[in-house]
Amino acid sequence: MMRILKYVALDIIKNKIIIAYAIMLALFSWSAFGLEDNAAKGLLTVLNIVLLTVPLMSVLFATIYVYNSSEFIELLLSHPIKRSKIWKALFIGLSLSMVAAYVFGAGIPLFIFAEWDIALMTIAVGSLLSVIFVAIAFLSSIITRDKAKGIGTSIMLWLYFALLFDGLVLFLFFQFADYPIEKAVVFLSALSPIDLSRILILLKLDVSAMLGYTGAVFKNSFGSDWGLVLSFALLAFWALVPFYLSLRKFKSKDL
Amino acid sequence: MDIRINYRITFIIAFFLFIATENSFAKTIHVGKGKAFTSIRKALSVAQSGDTIIVNAGVYKEGNIIIDKPLHFVGKDYPILDGELKHEIISIKSDNVSVSGFRIQNSGRTAMSDPGGIKVYDAKNVTIEKNILTNNYFGIYLQYAANCIIKNNVIKASQKEENQSGNGVHCWKSDSLQIIGNKIEGHRDGIYFEFVTHSVIWRNIAKNNLRYGLHFMFSHNNAYITNYFKHNGAGVAVMFTKKVVMINNTFEENWGDATYGVLFKELSDCYLSGNRFIKNTTGIYFDGSNRITAERNLFKGNGWGMRMQANCVDITISHNNFMGNTFDVTTNGSLTLNQFFENYWDKYEGYDLDKDKIGDVPYHPLSLYAVIVEKNPPAMLLYRSFMISLLDKSEKVLPSLTPENFVDNKPRMSPYNL
Repeated sequence: MMRILKYVALDIIKNKIIIAYAIMLALFSWSAFGLEDNAAKGLLTVLNIVLLTVPLMSVLFATIYVYNSSEFIELLLSHPIKRSKIWKALFIGLSLSMVAAYVFGAGIPLFIFAEWDIALMTIAVGSLLSVIFVAIAFLSSIITRDKAKGIGTSIMLWLYFALLFDGLVLFLFFQFADYPIEKAVVFLSALSPIDLSRILILLKLDVSAMLGYTGAVFKNSFGSDWGLVLSFALLAFWALVPFYLSLRKFKSKDL
Repeated sequence: MDIRINYRITFIIAFFLFIATENSFAKTIHVGKGKAFTSIRKALSVAQSGDTIIVNAGVYKEGNIIIDKPLHFVGKDYPILDGELKHEIISIKSDNVSVSGFRIQNSGRTAMSDPGGIKVYDAKNVTIEKNILTNNYFGIYLQYAANCIIKNNVIKASQKEENQSGNGVHCWKSDSLQIIGNKIEGHRDGIYFEFVTHSVIWRNIAKNNLRYGLHFMFSHNNAYITNYFKHNGAGVAVMFTKKVVMINNTFEENWGDATYGVLFKELSDCYLSGNRFIKNTTGIYFDGSNRITAERNLFKGNGWGMRMQANCVDITISHNNFMGNTFDVTTNGSLTLNQFFENYWDKYEGYDLDKDKIGDVPYHPLSLYAVIVEKNPPAMLLYRSFMISLLDKSEKVLPSLTPENFVDNKPRMSPYNL
C-alpha cells in the first residue's frame, strides 16, 4: 500500500496543480492579513476562503483525478493487490496532498498573524474539510462511470453544502420563527460540515458574543471540551462515511 | 488725609483679625499613637462643630464611626479604618462634613442594611475626597443627600458574585451632586443613581465592574462628561430618565451577550456628543426613547454600532463616524420616525461628483441580514455564511425588505476628525 501511496503522491506533485493551489492559498491568506488593519478581520477573510475555496478545490480536483487515473487503477487491479488497498491508498494520497497544500498555503500565515488557538482551530477544521470533500468526490466518482455526470454530482454537492443548505436553514428559521427552535437549529447546522466548521471557528472569535442565545446553546453542545470531541467526531464521520460507501461500491464494481 | 486712610486700613485689618480669631475657636484634634487621643470615637465625642480631626497613620478597628456634627475628618498618610467585614465604617449624619485621606476597607456585608465604606444619611454639603476604599460592600453610599462632592476617590472591590457585592458609588434620592475623578473597579455597578437630579459626573473611570459601569433610573437633568467605562459585565444601562447630557465619554470593550456600550431604555430629551463607542457588542441600544440628539460620536469596531427599536421617535443621528462595525445600525420594525444625516459610514460605496464631501447617492445603513437577525435572532448562526453575503449584496442593489426611509441622504465621503 505504501508503494501505491508513493506513486499517487509523486503523480500529484508532478501534476503541479496542487502546488499552484498551495501558492494561491498562500497569496490569498497573506494578502488578507496584510491588507486588513487588524488580524481579526483578516481572519474572517481567510475563513471565507476556507469555507468556499477549500471544499470546492478538494472536491473538483479529487473527482477529476479519480476519473483520470481509471487506467492506472485498472493496471493495478491486474496485479495481486487487494482492491480495498488500492482505493484506500488513492484516498490517503489525495487527502494528504490537499491537506499539505492547505497547511502550507493558509496555515503558515495563520500561525504568524492569528492567535495560537484560533489558528489551530482554523487549520484543523480546514484540513478536515479537505478530507471530507475528497471523500465526497470519491463517492460521486464511483457512483457513475460517466465523467460529466460524476463531476456534475460533485459540484452539486458542493453547491448544496456551501450555499443551498444555509438557504434551507434560513427558510426553516422563518417558517418556525414562533417556536423555540434553538436546539433544533443547532442540531441542524451540525448536519452540514461547512456550517459546523464555520461556527466552530466563529466560537473562537470575539464575534461569538453576537451569536446570542443560539450561539450559547451551540457553544454548550459543540464548543465545550466534550462538545469539541463531538464536533470533530461529526466531521470525521463526514469524511469516513462517504469514503466507506465508495469503498464498498469499489470492491464489488465491475470496472 | 493720609491719616484718615490709615485709620480705615487699620479698621479693616482689625475686622479681618476678629473674623480670623472667631474661626480659630475651632480646634484641631489629633488622633494616633502618642497623640492626645488614640481612639477616633473618643475624639469624635469630644469634638465640637467645625473642629478638625486629624487621624495619623495606623490601623483603626473601631466598628461603626458615626459623624453627627459638622467636622473635618482628615486622614494623614492614609490611616486604615477596618470594618472587619462586620460594620458599616463611616456614617455621616450631619451637614457640612468633609472626609478625606483615609484607607477604608472590609465593610460588613448584609443585604438588609446595605453597609457602605462611607454612607451619608440625609445631609448637605458633604465632601468626600481622596480616600481609598477597598473590599467594601458598598463603596460610597448617599441617601437624601444634597450639594455633596465625591472627588478623586479610588474604590475597589473584588467580589466574584453580583449578589455579594454592592455598588461603587451609590446615590439615592439626592440632588446637586458632583462626582468627579473617581476610579471604581470590581463592584456590582460602578456608579448607581436612583432619583438623583441636577448632578454632574465628570472624569470618572469605571472598569471591570461585575454588572454595569454606570446605571441610573429616574435621574433627571444630569450631565456625564469625560468618563471612561471599560470592560464592565453588562456595560452601561440607563433608564426612565429625562434631560441627560453625555459628552466626551468613552464606552469600551463591553463585550458579551446582553452587554451594551450604553442601553437607553425610555430616555427622552437627551444630548450625546463626542462620545466614543469602541469594541462593544452593541454600541448604543435605544429602546422606547424619544427626542435624542446624537452627534459627533464615534462608533468603531462594535458588533452592532447602534440598535434602534422601532418604538423610538425623533432621534437625530448626525455627523457621527461609523467604522468597522459588523452591523452599523439595525431596527426591528418597518416604521422609522428617526433621522440620519451627514454621518460617515465606512461601508458606503457611493461617489461624490460635485466634490462637496457629501455622497451623491443616499446610503441605506440597514443590511438585509441585520433585519433578518433582528426579527429572528437564531439566524445569527448563519453569520459569515456565503449565502448571507449574496442576499446582502442583492438587497443593496434592489432594496425590498429593508425599510425605505431608513436612510442617510447625505452620507459623508470622509470620516470626521473626532
